[in-house]
Amino acid sequence: MGRTIIDLKDIYKRFYIGTPNELEVLHGISFNVNEGEFVAVVGQSGSGKSTLMNIIGALDRPTEGAYMLDGVDMIAAKDNELSKIRNRKIGFVFQTYNLISKTNALKNVEMPMLYAGVPGRRRIERAKELLKMVDMQDRMKHLPEELSGGQKQRVAIARAMANDPAIILADEPTGALDSATGRMVMDLFHKLHDEEGKTIVLITHSPELAEETERIITIRDGNVIGERRGNG
Amino acid sequence: MTMLYENIRLALFSLRANKMRALLTMLGIIIGIASVIAIMTVGDSVTATVTESMSALGANNITLSLQQRPEDEEEDTASLWGMNFGDDEEEKEPTDKDYITTDMLKSLKDAFGDAIETYSVTESVGAGEIQDNERTASVSVMGTSLGYFWANDLEILQGNYFSERDLTDGAYVALLSEDALDDLFDGSAEAAVGSRITTAIDDKYYNFIIEGVYSEPEDETGGAAMMAYYMGGMDTTDLYIPLKTAQAINHTSGYRSLTVVVDPEQNPDELAAQIEDFFDNLYRNNRDFEVQAMSLSSMVSIMESIMNTLTTAIALIGGIALIVGGIGVMNIMLVSITERTREIGTRKALGAPNSSIRIQFIIESIVICIIGGAIGIVIGCLGGIAAADYVGASATPSLRSILISLGFSMAIGVFFGYHPANKAAKLNPIDALRYE
Repeated sequence: MGRTIIDLKDIYKRFYIGTPNELEVLHGISFNVNEGEFVAVVGQSGSGKSTLMNIIGALDRPTEGAYMLDGVDMIAAKDNELSKIRNRKIGFVFQTYNLISKTNALKNVEMPMLYAGVPGRRRIERAKELLKMVDMQDRMKHLPEELSGGQKQRVAIARAMANDPAIILADEPTGALDSATGRMVMDLFHKLHDEEGKTIVLITHSPELAEETERIITIRDGNVIGERRGNG
Repeated sequence: MTMLYENIRLALFSLRANKMRALLTMLGIIIGIASVIAIMTVGDSVTATVTESMSALGANNITLSLQQRPEDEEEDTASLWGMNFGDDEEEKEPTDKDYITTDMLKSLKDAFGDAIETYSVTESVGAGEIQDNERTASVSVMGTSLGYFWANDLEILQGNYFSERDLTDGAYVALLSEDALDDLFDGSAEAAVGSRITTAIDDKYYNFIIEGVYSEPEDETGGAAMMAYYMGGMDTTDLYIPLKTAQAINHTSGYRSLTVVVDPEQNPDELAAQIEDFFDNLYRNNRDFEVQAMSLSSMVSIMESIMNTLTTAIALIGGIALIVGGIGVMNIMLVSITERTREIGTRKALGAPNSSIRIQFIIESIVICIIGGAIGIVIGCLGGIAAADYVGASATPSLRSILISLGFSMAIGVFFGYHPANKAAKLNPIDALRYE
């Protein structure tokens, strides 16, 4: 086991604080993810897994608890520092791809590097390399609307890898794809995990996909109800 | 730097993606900038043309004119231009005792010495007709002093100027315009000099001996001559006679107005004030009239300041169009940000700090405004040149107004883009990502 990358301790998240309809979504969640692990967080809709993903992805802050990401205290970090952490340490893969429209595949992959201040030539080189890795080198100049769902998700994965992040955070990455293309995307994650040694957190409601990973964390009603090894 | 380039590229991209919308948004800016530029161009060129033609008359000249004394001080400004806008005030006709006399001019010259070079005086006798055998030529008969010739750059082509005796005796001699030769003496100036001509003025006949033929300087705009040509269908030229002769015909002994040609070394404004003081002293017992002395340069500067005020006032109205245009830009930026909420969320997830989202949208707004401004400048320059051409002034759009307009449209972009951009920057990334 490598060192701990994600360290969540007693994470609580409440909404509408101080109002009559105050709502506690996460009731003290704790778990770790180690470097190089491929972990699945499984739960049905309403289980709180999206809220958890937002907290792991530094898009939201927990109401209570401690969270260390790659040795950085995420509770103490200011907003601008969180931007930087999202940029350098986290690679997002969304269910709906979220590519920037009117901007071609290459520019989309370049974007995180642009915000990181990587100079032009190195940025383009790296983006091309990444697109080649996801087998999209022939469609670099295509706009998102000219790509199929599977192709879009591959561009999104290349984009997530752009700044060589500490973790890849994939939220239902195959949710909008048919099973064949979904398979292809999952294979890509396995490749990233096996060949590049990436730490991957896969958030899904599908038990079958979860089985492919090394470890499965199951969430229900805002609590971790089980943790077991997967087949991956 | 890369970021800036990237933002400009993105802004252009989103403009191209919504061409119609971008154009409509820019329209307000285009109209605003174009009208401001056009108005400033026309204003500047009219001012320049008027100033130029007034200076051509001799910026150093001081005009003396007999003015009715205002009854109260308030009307001082109304009579500034030699006109009485004053309503029902009784108009008094000056009589011989009120006129500026030759003696006054002599003592003025004595008092000021070399500061005054000469006087340019005219006494209009009236329109007349010269008859030579079967042919006639229209003239307007004017009594003049030598100074008038000086001040107007007239040149004797043939013969001579009036002799000292002609001037003091009030001889019936005349100077004929070379243009009048088209109709008289078969075009020969030599034949004209020394000839006797009969001129009918108001049904009275006067005989003059032609002493010389003069030519007028080439008038670039050709205003007066052209006007006479179109109005009368033929040229009316000036027939100059000695001042004293004209006064004898008109039965007057003084002048209502005249021009003092001053030494170019002198400050015309100061001199005008001194001359006015001089006449105030002479006219202190005259209850009805006074003499006003005004230098052309002060008239020019009054003229300029009036034109500038006018131009600025109209340009400000054009500026209102700019503000309306700016509000249009703000509106479309808000729409654009709502449409692109997901994009903003994605960018934030990818690590864009708030500042870079803000800058992205401010730049987009600036790009809209600058493109609109540039189109407006082109249209405004062309419109201004066309309008100035129409009123007969030569127009050169000033670089200053172009730069100001460009800077102003950029400022509008920043000002009206800031609020929408700030709104975008402050979007919560989770909400933005989930936005449908």
